Amino acid sequence: MRHILLLLTLSLVSQLHAADGKLLATPGISQIEGAGGGGFVPWAQLAGYGSRDEIAANVFCSGANVDDYDLHVCGAQATFYDRVEFSVAKQKFHVDALNLNIKQRVLGVKARLYGDIVYSRFPQISLGIQHKKLDDPTVAYLLGADEDSGTDVYLAASKLHLGAIGGYNWLWNITARSTEANQTGLLGFGNAEHGNQREIVLEASTAILFGRHLALGVEYRQKPDNLGLKEDDWSNVFVAWFPNKVISLTAAWLDLGEIAGAKNQQGAYFSVTGYF
Amino acid sequence: MLTNFRTGFFGACCWLFAGCATTPQTTLYDKLGGESGIHNIVENLVQEIGRDEQVFHYFAQSRVSRFKENLIEHFCAISDGPCQYTGDNMVDIHTGMNINERDFNHLVDLLINAMDDEGIPHRIQNQLIARLAPLREEIIYR
Repeated sequence: MRHILLLLTLSLVSQLHAADGKLLATPGISQIEGAGGGGFVPWAQLAGYGSRDEIAANVFCSGANVDDYDLHVCGAQATFYDRVEFSVAKQKFHVDALNLNIKQRVLGVKARLYGDIVYSRFPQISLGIQHKKLDDPTVAYLLGADEDSGTDVYLAASKLHLGAIGGYNWLWNITARSTEANQTGLLGFGNAEHGNQREIVLEASTAILFGRHLALGVEYRQKPDNLGLKEDDWSNVFVAWFPNKVISLTAAWLDLGEIAGAKNQQGAYFSVTGYF
Repeated sequence: MLTNFRTGFFGACCWLFAGCATTPQTTLYDKLGGESGIHNIVENLVQEIGRDEQVFHYFAQSRVSRFKENLIEHFCAISDGPCQYTGDNMVDIHTGMNINERDFNHLVDLLINAMDDEGIPHRIQNQLIARLAPLREEIIYR
Protein backbone atom coordinates (compact mmCIF):
# COMPACT_ATOMS: atom_id res chain seq x y z
CA MET A 1 0.00 0.00 0.00
CA ARG A 2 2.77 2.35 1.00
CA HIS A 3 4.59 1.60 -2.24
CA ILE A 4 1.50 2.28 -4.30
CA LEU A 5 1.06 5.62 -2.56
CA LEU A 6 4.69 6.46 -3.15
CA LEU A 7 4.43 5.58 -6.82
CA LEU A 8 1.23 7.58 -7.12
CA THR A 9 2.88 10.59 -5.49
CA LEU A 10 5.94 10.28 -7.70
CA SER A 11 3.88 10.06 -10.86
CA LEU A 12 1.87 13.09 -9.78
CA VAL A 13 5.01 15.05 -9.00
CA SER A 14 6.51 14.15 -12.36
CA GLN A 15 3.37 15.51 -14.04
CA LEU A 16 3.96 18.86 -12.43
CA HIS A 17 6.63 21.25 -13.49
CA ALA A 18 8.05 23.91 -11.27
CA ALA A 19 6.45 27.26 -12.01
CA ASP A 20 8.94 29.39 -13.96
CA GLY A 21 6.84 31.90 -15.88
CA LYS A 22 8.15 35.10 -14.30
CA LEU A 23 11.51 36.74 -14.89
CA LEU A 24 14.28 35.79 -12.47
CA ALA A 25 14.20 37.60 -9.12
CA THR A 26 11.02 39.55 -9.92
CA PRO A 27 8.76 37.74 -7.38
CA GLY A 28 11.08 38.68 -4.51
CA ILE A 29 11.41 36.49 -1.42
CA SER A 30 9.25 35.67 1.63
CA GLN A 31 8.61 38.18 4.40
CA ILE A 32 8.49 37.19 8.08
CA GLU A 33 4.69 36.89 8.16
CA GLY A 34 4.73 34.52 5.19
CA ALA A 35 3.63 36.71 2.29
CA GLY A 36 5.65 37.14 -0.86
CA GLY A 37 7.70 40.27 -0.36
CA GLY A 38 10.92 41.51 0.95
CA GLY A 39 12.24 40.62 4.40
CA PHE A 40 9.55 42.29 6.48
CA VAL A 41 7.40 44.15 3.97
CA PRO A 42 4.69 42.30 2.02
CA TRP A 43 4.96 43.27 -1.65
CA ALA A 44 2.41 43.55 -4.43
CA GLN A 45 4.03 40.62 -6.23
CA LEU A 46 2.52 37.25 -5.49
CA ALA A 47 5.02 34.72 -4.18
CA GLY A 48 6.83 32.45 -6.60
CA TYR A 49 7.32 32.16 -10.33
CA GLY A 50 3.78 31.22 -11.35
CA SER A 51 2.41 33.22 -14.29
CA ARG A 52 -1.26 33.60 -15.23
CA ASP A 53 -1.34 29.97 -16.39
CA GLU A 54 0.52 28.38 -13.51
CA ILE A 55 0.23 27.34 -9.91
CA ALA A 56 3.28 27.99 -7.74
CA ALA A 57 4.20 26.61 -4.34
CA ASN A 58 7.08 27.86 -2.23
CA VAL A 59 8.58 27.10 1.13
CA PHE A 60 10.82 29.33 3.16
CA CYS A 61 12.67 29.67 6.45
CA SER A 62 14.11 32.83 7.92
CA GLY A 63 16.11 33.55 11.02
CA ALA A 64 16.95 36.81 12.73
CA ASN A 65 19.32 37.20 15.62
CA VAL A 66 19.39 40.61 17.32
CA ASP A 67 21.00 41.54 20.64
CA ASP A 68 18.34 40.26 23.05
CA TYR A 69 15.99 38.26 20.83
CA ASP A 70 15.87 35.64 18.06
CA LEU A 71 13.14 35.07 15.54
CA HIS A 72 12.75 31.87 13.55
CA VAL A 73 10.07 31.60 10.91
CA CYS A 74 9.18 28.87 8.46
CA GLY A 75 6.25 28.92 6.12
CA ALA A 76 4.84 28.28 2.71
CA GLN A 77 2.83 29.95 -0.02
CA ALA A 78 0.59 28.63 -2.76
CA THR A 79 -0.14 31.03 -5.60
CA PHE A 80 -2.86 30.41 -8.14
CA TYR A 81 -2.59 31.85 -11.66
CA ASP A 82 -0.78 34.97 -10.45
CA ARG A 83 -4.10 36.09 -9.02
CA VAL A 84 -4.28 34.92 -5.44
CA GLU A 85 -1.66 33.87 -2.89
CA PHE A 86 -2.31 31.84 0.25
CA SER A 87 0.38 31.77 2.90
CA VAL A 88 1.09 30.29 6.28
CA ALA A 89 3.94 31.10 8.65
CA LYS A 90 4.96 29.80 12.05
CA GLN A 91 7.06 32.18 14.09
CA LYS A 92 9.13 31.38 17.14
CA PHE A 93 10.39 34.43 18.99
CA HIS A 94 12.98 33.73 21.64
CA VAL A 95 13.31 36.19 24.51
CA ASP A 96 16.80 35.80 25.91
CA ALA A 97 16.06 37.57 29.21
CA LEU A 98 13.19 35.22 30.08
CA ASN A 99 14.56 32.22 28.21
CA LEU A 100 11.16 31.56 26.71
CA ASN A 101 9.66 31.25 23.26
CA ILE A 102 6.65 33.17 22.02
CA LYS A 103 5.00 31.36 19.13
CA GLN A 104 2.68 32.91 16.60
CA ARG A 105 0.91 31.52 13.57
CA VAL A 106 0.03 33.74 10.61
CA LEU A 107 -2.41 32.88 7.84
CA GLY A 108 -2.41 35.17 4.84
CA VAL A 109 -4.27 35.78 1.62
CA LYS A 110 -3.23 38.27 -1.04
CA ALA A 111 -4.99 39.09 -4.29
CA ARG A 112 -3.49 40.86 -7.28
CA LEU A 113 -5.85 43.65 -8.24
CA TYR A 114 -3.98 45.26 -11.11
CA GLY A 115 -0.92 45.11 -13.25
CA ASP A 116 2.34 43.36 -13.68
CA ILE A 117 5.41 44.52 -11.82
CA VAL A 118 7.54 44.52 -14.98
CA TYR A 119 5.22 45.18 -17.89
CA SER A 120 2.22 47.28 -16.93
CA ARG A 121 2.42 51.01 -17.27
CA PHE A 122 1.31 51.60 -13.69
CA PRO A 123 2.55 49.69 -10.64
CA GLN A 124 1.19 46.30 -9.71
CA ILE A 125 -1.39 46.62 -6.92
CA SER A 126 -2.40 43.91 -4.47
CA LEU A 127 -4.63 43.70 -1.44
CA GLY A 128 -3.81 41.30 1.39
CA ILE A 129 -4.83 40.20 4.85
CA GLN A 130 -2.85 38.48 7.57
CA HIS A 131 -4.57 36.80 10.46
CA LYS A 132 -2.29 36.23 13.43
CA LYS A 133 -2.73 34.17 16.55
CA LEU A 134 -0.42 33.68 19.51
CA ASP A 135 -0.05 30.18 20.95
CA ASP A 136 0.35 31.49 24.47
CA PRO A 137 -0.58 35.11 25.23
CA THR A 138 0.92 35.24 28.74
CA VAL A 139 3.72 37.69 27.89
CA ALA A 140 1.43 39.80 25.69
CA TYR A 141 -1.13 40.16 28.48
CA LEU A 142 1.54 40.90 31.08
CA LEU A 143 2.71 43.80 28.91
CA GLY A 144 -0.84 45.13 28.64
CA ALA A 145 -2.05 43.83 25.28
CA ASP A 146 -5.78 43.55 24.68
CA GLU A 147 -6.00 40.49 22.41
CA ASP A 148 -4.06 37.34 21.54
CA SER A 149 -5.06 37.51 17.87
CA GLY A 150 -5.53 40.15 15.24
CA THR A 151 -5.90 40.78 11.55
CA ASP A 152 -3.82 43.12 9.41
CA VAL A 153 -5.12 44.41 6.09
CA TYR A 154 -2.68 45.90 3.60
CA LEU A 155 -2.57 47.46 0.17
CA ALA A 156 0.73 47.20 -1.72
CA ALA A 157 2.01 48.86 -4.88
CA SER A 158 5.16 47.69 -6.59
CA LYS A 159 7.08 48.43 -9.79
CA LEU A 160 10.26 47.29 -11.46
CA HIS A 161 11.73 49.95 -13.73
CA LEU A 162 13.86 48.36 -16.43
CA GLY A 163 17.28 49.91 -16.83
CA ALA A 164 16.17 52.90 -14.77
CA ILE A 165 19.23 53.65 -12.64
CA GLY A 166 22.41 53.77 -14.66
CA GLY A 167 21.04 50.91 -16.75
CA TYR A 168 20.26 48.74 -13.72
CA ASN A 169 16.75 47.55 -12.96
CA TRP A 170 15.16 49.35 -10.04
CA LEU A 171 12.40 47.98 -7.81
CA TRP A 172 10.26 49.81 -5.33
CA ASN A 173 7.31 48.79 -3.18
CA ILE A 174 5.08 50.77 -0.87
CA THR A 175 2.62 49.12 1.48
CA ALA A 176 -0.04 50.67 3.70
CA ARG A 177 -1.11 48.37 6.52
CA SER A 178 -4.00 48.67 8.92
CA THR A 179 -2.94 46.92 12.13
CA GLU A 180 -3.28 46.77 15.88
CA ALA A 181 -0.35 44.39 16.34
CA ASN A 182 2.38 45.01 18.92
CA GLN A 183 5.78 44.02 17.51
CA THR A 184 3.95 42.40 14.56
CA GLY A 185 1.70 40.52 17.00
CA LEU A 186 4.43 38.76 18.96
CA LEU A 187 3.50 41.00 21.91
CA GLY A 188 -0.22 40.72 21.28
CA PHE A 189 -2.71 43.17 19.81
CA GLY A 190 -3.99 46.53 21.00
CA ASN A 191 -3.87 47.87 24.52
CA ALA A 192 -6.14 46.46 27.23
CA GLU A 193 -6.74 49.89 28.74
CA HIS A 194 -7.28 51.89 25.58
CA GLY A 195 -9.38 49.40 23.57
CA ASN A 196 -9.29 49.58 19.79
CA GLN A 197 -5.84 50.70 18.65
CA ARG A 198 -6.10 50.07 14.91
CA GLU A 199 -3.99 52.42 12.84
CA ILE A 200 -2.46 52.67 9.40
CA VAL A 201 1.29 52.31 9.07
CA LEU A 202 3.51 52.65 6.01
CA GLU A 203 6.15 50.23 4.83
CA ALA A 204 8.54 50.53 1.93
CA SER A 205 11.25 48.61 0.17
CA THR A 206 13.55 49.52 -2.66
CA ALA A 207 16.29 47.60 -4.42
CA ILE A 208 18.64 47.79 -7.35
CA LEU A 209 19.33 44.61 -9.29
CA PHE A 210 23.01 44.38 -10.07
CA GLY A 211 22.83 41.76 -12.78
CA ARG A 212 20.13 39.11 -13.16
CA HIS A 213 20.99 37.32 -9.94
CA LEU A 214 21.74 39.93 -7.30
CA ALA A 215 19.63 42.56 -5.58
CA LEU A 216 20.77 45.14 -3.05
CA GLY A 217 18.17 47.05 -1.12
CA VAL A 218 16.72 48.64 1.97
CA GLU A 219 13.44 48.29 3.79
CA TYR A 220 11.52 50.35 6.28
CA ARG A 221 8.53 49.34 8.35
CA GLN A 222 6.62 51.82 10.45
CA LYS A 223 5.15 50.38 13.65
CA PRO A 224 2.49 51.43 16.11
CA ASP A 225 3.27 51.85 19.81
CA ASN A 226 0.15 50.62 21.56
CA LEU A 227 1.83 49.38 24.75
CA GLY A 228 3.77 52.55 25.54
CA LEU A 229 7.03 50.59 25.32
CA LYS A 230 8.63 52.93 22.77
CA GLU A 231 8.13 50.43 19.94
CA ASP A 232 10.40 51.64 17.16
CA ASP A 233 10.10 51.49 13.39
CA TRP A 234 12.16 48.79 11.73
CA SER A 235 14.68 48.99 8.92
CA ASN A 236 17.10 46.71 7.17
CA VAL A 237 19.72 46.61 4.45
CA PHE A 238 19.67 43.42 2.40
CA VAL A 239 21.40 41.51 -0.32
CA ALA A 240 19.46 38.79 -2.13
CA TRP A 241 20.91 36.20 -4.47
CA PHE A 242 18.80 34.42 -7.07
CA PRO A 243 21.02 31.75 -8.67
CA ASN A 244 17.99 30.29 -10.50
CA LYS A 245 14.19 30.06 -10.31
CA VAL A 246 14.35 27.31 -7.69
CA ILE A 247 16.05 28.99 -4.75
CA SER A 248 16.91 32.39 -3.33
CA LEU A 249 19.20 33.28 -0.47
CA THR A 250 18.99 36.57 1.40
CA ALA A 251 21.13 38.14 4.07
CA ALA A 252 20.32 41.37 5.86
CA TRP A 253 21.36 43.62 8.66
CA LEU A 254 18.43 44.60 10.86
CA ASP A 255 17.84 47.64 13.00
CA LEU A 256 14.75 46.94 15.10
CA GLY A 257 15.21 49.71 17.67
CA GLU A 258 13.72 49.19 21.11
CA ILE A 259 11.79 45.98 21.85
CA ALA A 260 10.00 45.68 25.20
CA GLY A 261 12.54 47.74 27.10
CA ALA A 262 15.66 46.36 25.40
CA LYS A 263 17.20 49.20 23.44
CA ASN A 264 18.99 49.28 20.11
CA GLN A 265 18.25 45.78 18.85
CA GLN A 266 20.45 45.09 15.84
CA GLY A 267 21.59 41.93 14.19
CA ALA A 268 21.76 39.65 11.23
CA TYR A 269 19.00 38.02 9.23
CA PHE A 270 19.18 35.12 6.83
CA SER A 271 16.44 33.69 4.66
CA VAL A 272 16.03 30.96 2.10
CA THR A 273 13.05 30.41 -0.20
CA GLY A 274 12.54 27.36 -2.39
CA TYR A 275 10.25 27.82 -5.42
CA PHE A 276 8.28 24.99 -7.05
CA MET B 1 44.57 92.04 -29.99
CA LEU B 2 41.19 92.15 -31.70
CA THR B 3 42.41 89.75 -34.35
CA ASN B 4 43.65 87.48 -31.66
CA PHE B 5 40.30 87.64 -29.92
CA ARG B 6 38.50 86.95 -33.20
CA THR B 7 40.69 83.99 -34.01
CA GLY B 8 40.18 82.70 -30.52
CA PHE B 9 36.43 83.25 -30.63
CA PHE B 10 35.95 81.64 -34.03
CA GLY B 11 38.36 78.93 -33.09
CA ALA B 12 36.22 78.13 -30.06
CA CYS B 13 33.08 78.11 -32.19
CA CYS B 14 34.66 75.80 -34.72
CA TRP B 15 35.81 73.56 -31.94
CA LEU B 16 32.31 73.53 -30.45
CA PHE B 17 30.60 72.73 -33.73
CA ALA B 18 33.23 70.23 -34.68
CA GLY B 19 32.65 68.66 -31.30
CA CYS B 20 28.97 68.37 -32.07
CA ALA B 21 29.60 66.98 -35.50
CA THR B 22 32.10 64.31 -34.51
CA THR B 23 30.51 63.11 -31.27
CA PRO B 24 26.78 62.76 -31.87
CA GLN B 25 24.75 61.31 -29.00
CA THR B 26 25.47 57.60 -28.76
CA THR B 27 22.30 55.67 -29.49
CA LEU B 28 21.27 52.36 -27.97
CA TYR B 29 21.83 50.98 -31.48
CA ASP B 30 25.51 51.90 -31.20
CA LYS B 31 25.75 50.42 -27.71
CA LEU B 32 24.34 47.15 -29.05
CA GLY B 33 27.19 47.05 -31.54
CA GLY B 34 25.34 48.59 -34.49
CA GLU B 35 24.47 46.53 -37.53
CA SER B 36 26.79 43.61 -36.80
CA GLY B 37 25.91 43.54 -33.10
CA ILE B 38 22.20 43.35 -33.75
CA HIS B 39 22.73 40.83 -36.54
CA ASN B 40 24.63 38.57 -34.14
CA ILE B 41 22.08 38.99 -31.34
CA VAL B 42 19.28 37.93 -33.70
CA GLU B 43 21.39 35.07 -35.06
CA ASN B 44 22.05 33.86 -31.49
CA LEU B 45 18.38 34.23 -30.60
CA VAL B 46 17.30 32.11 -33.58
CA GLN B 47 19.76 29.42 -32.49
CA GLU B 48 18.40 29.59 -28.92
CA ILE B 49 14.82 29.23 -30.19
CA GLY B 50 15.87 26.39 -32.50
CA ARG B 51 16.97 24.24 -29.61
CA ASP B 52 14.21 25.26 -27.21
CA GLU B 53 11.40 22.81 -26.56
CA GLN B 54 9.14 25.31 -24.85
CA VAL B 55 8.77 27.95 -27.54
CA PHE B 56 10.07 26.40 -30.77
CA HIS B 57 6.57 25.38 -31.86
CA TYR B 58 5.54 29.05 -32.19
CA PHE B 59 8.20 29.48 -34.85
CA ALA B 60 7.96 26.11 -36.60
CA GLN B 61 5.88 27.61 -39.41
CA SER B 62 7.95 30.77 -39.89
CA ARG B 63 10.47 31.29 -42.64
CA VAL B 64 13.72 31.74 -40.74
CA SER B 65 15.36 34.19 -43.14
CA ARG B 66 12.32 36.48 -43.17
CA PHE B 67 11.97 36.26 -39.39
CA LYS B 68 15.63 37.26 -38.96
CA GLU B 69 15.37 40.18 -41.39
CA ASN B 70 12.26 41.53 -39.70
CA LEU B 71 13.67 41.14 -36.21
CA ILE B 72 16.96 42.83 -37.15
CA GLU B 73 15.02 45.71 -38.66
CA HIS B 74 12.77 45.92 -35.61
CA PHE B 75 15.65 45.92 -33.10
CA CYS B 76 17.50 48.48 -35.24
CA ALA B 77 14.51 50.82 -35.39
CA ILE B 78 13.56 50.46 -31.73
CA SER B 79 17.14 51.20 -30.61
CA ASP B 80 17.26 54.45 -32.64
CA GLY B 81 19.33 52.93 -35.43
CA PRO B 82 19.16 54.05 -39.07
CA CYS B 83 16.27 51.77 -39.97
CA GLN B 84 12.55 51.92 -40.40
CA TYR B 85 10.51 48.90 -39.40
CA THR B 86 8.59 47.75 -42.47
CA GLY B 87 7.18 44.49 -41.16
CA ASP B 88 3.64 43.79 -40.04
CA ASN B 89 2.44 45.20 -36.74
CA MET B 90 2.82 43.19 -33.54
CA VAL B 91 -0.86 42.37 -33.16
CA ASP B 92 -1.18 40.96 -36.71
CA ILE B 93 1.97 38.87 -36.39
CA HIS B 94 0.96 37.27 -33.12
CA THR B 95 -2.77 36.83 -33.59
CA GLY B 96 -3.65 33.15 -33.53
CA MET B 97 -0.41 32.19 -31.78
CA ASN B 98 -1.92 32.52 -28.29
CA ILE B 99 1.44 33.17 -26.64
CA ASN B 100 1.08 33.06 -22.88
CA GLU B 101 2.88 35.04 -20.20
CA ARG B 102 5.22 32.21 -19.29
CA ASP B 103 6.38 31.64 -22.87
CA PHE B 104 6.79 35.39 -23.40
CA ASN B 105 9.07 35.64 -20.37
CA HIS B 106 10.92 32.55 -21.54
CA LEU B 107 11.61 34.34 -24.83
CA VAL B 108 12.95 37.28 -22.83
CA ASP B 109 15.29 34.80 -21.11
CA LEU B 110 16.41 33.50 -24.51
CA LEU B 111 17.00 37.06 -25.71
CA ILE B 112 19.12 37.68 -22.60
CA ASN B 113 21.15 34.55 -23.44
CA ALA B 114 21.54 35.79 -27.00
CA MET B 115 22.81 39.17 -25.76
CA ASP B 116 25.10 37.49 -23.21
CA ASP B 117 26.66 35.46 -26.02
CA GLU B 118 27.28 38.66 -27.96
CA GLY B 119 28.91 40.21 -24.89
CA ILE B 120 26.31 42.96 -24.47
CA PRO B 121 26.68 44.40 -20.94
CA HIS B 122 23.82 43.86 -18.50
CA ARG B 123 22.99 47.57 -18.34
CA ILE B 124 22.67 47.83 -22.12
CA GLN B 125 20.57 44.65 -22.22
CA ASN B 126 18.11 46.23 -19.79
CA GLN B 127 17.70 49.24 -22.04
CA LEU B 128 16.74 47.12 -25.04
CA ILE B 129 14.35 45.05 -22.90
CA ALA B 130 12.85 48.28 -21.53
CA ARG B 131 12.01 49.39 -25.08
CA LEU B 132 10.54 46.03 -26.04
CA ALA B 133 8.53 45.57 -22.82
CA PRO B 134 5.61 47.87 -23.74
CA LEU B 135 4.96 45.68 -26.82
CA ARG B 136 4.04 42.72 -24.64
CA GLU B 137 0.36 43.60 -24.50
CA GLU B 138 0.23 43.53 -28.31
CA ILE B 139 1.82 40.08 -28.32
CA ILE B 140 0.44 37.82 -25.57
CA TYR B 141 -2.91 36.01 -25.53
CA ARG B 142 -3.71 36.93 -29.14
